[in-house]
Amino acid sequence: MITLSHYLMLSGVLFVLSVAGIFINRKNVILLLMCIELMLLAVNMNFVAFSRFSGDLAGQVFVFFILTVAAAEAAIGLAILVILFRGKGSINVEDLDVMKG
Amino acid sequence: MFQLVLFYAFSAVLIGAALAVITARNPVHSVLFLVLAFFTSAALWLLIEAEFLAIVLVLVYVGAVMVLFLFVVMMIDVDLAALREGFNRSLPLGMGVVLLIVLELSVVLGGSGFSGKGGPVPLPEGGSNIRALGEVMYTQYVYPFEIASVILLLAIVAAIALTLRRRPGRLVQNPGLQAKVRPEDRLRILKMPSETRD
Repeated sequence: MITLSHYLMLSGVLFVLSVAGIFINRKNVILLLMCIELMLLAVNMNFVAFSRFSGDLAGQVFVFFILTVAAAEAAIGLAILVILFRGKGSINVEDLDVMKG
Repeated sequence: MFQLVLFYAFSAVLIGAALAVITARNPVHSVLFLVLAFFTSAALWLLIEAEFLAIVLVLVYVGAVMVLFLFVVMMIDVDLAALREGFNRSLPLGMGVVLLIVLELSVVLGGSGFSGKGGPVPLPEGGSNIRALGEVMYTQYVYPFEIASVILLLAIVAAIALTLRRRPGRLVQNPGLQAKVRPEDRLRILKMPSETRD
């Protein structure tokens, strides 16, 4: 029998892995964006699990809206990435220091 | 029991895919493993009968967002060696933070609150997840639903406005001018006497 804590543990592990991914890939903007997507997936899994195990549909509606906003975020983030690469020829985070004092 | 076996199998695939995403040398491989992670999550959501979101995850995320990622990753030519340097240097800090989060999570999850014994709440007889979601989405949440569509429109406009560039000196056709042209402007019929060859 699958219980709520199964899903909570799984999404906890997923979230922790994506945090680790942000730390170890902190030079590559594309991988940072992907780690954010993975984090959102972990959070969404929490929402879905709570919604299904407590019988409240609000959690699933919320996941629907998170997916919408995440799609918009990915589109704009990748557009910014493309113009950054066009201007600088690199997506290394350390090269993106135009506003450095 | 069979569901539990499926859950553990999918969980193993999901965690393996997530590990591969953050450690793969090639960003293209990372994107492909992320696709695997999304597919596996969709299967896990199907296991607790959240069918609509599982299908939306595959259609929207794998079908649109990840394809966009793949497109961008393949379009830009990255210097992998420079990006990989410092991979091991930041590993200890990352591991420290990760251990801290694991500790905190295990304190929270190991406490009493979330160790519910019951399974998912059964759906009503003859009702489906999609129908139930639609009933609240178009009544109770109709205003947020409209705002979500505005956000998507904003994303379209923003993405196009950011990446559109006008390069001077390109040879382009103006369809408006082409459609506006009249036969008299292009063709002139002259009256002239016929010439004879002699």
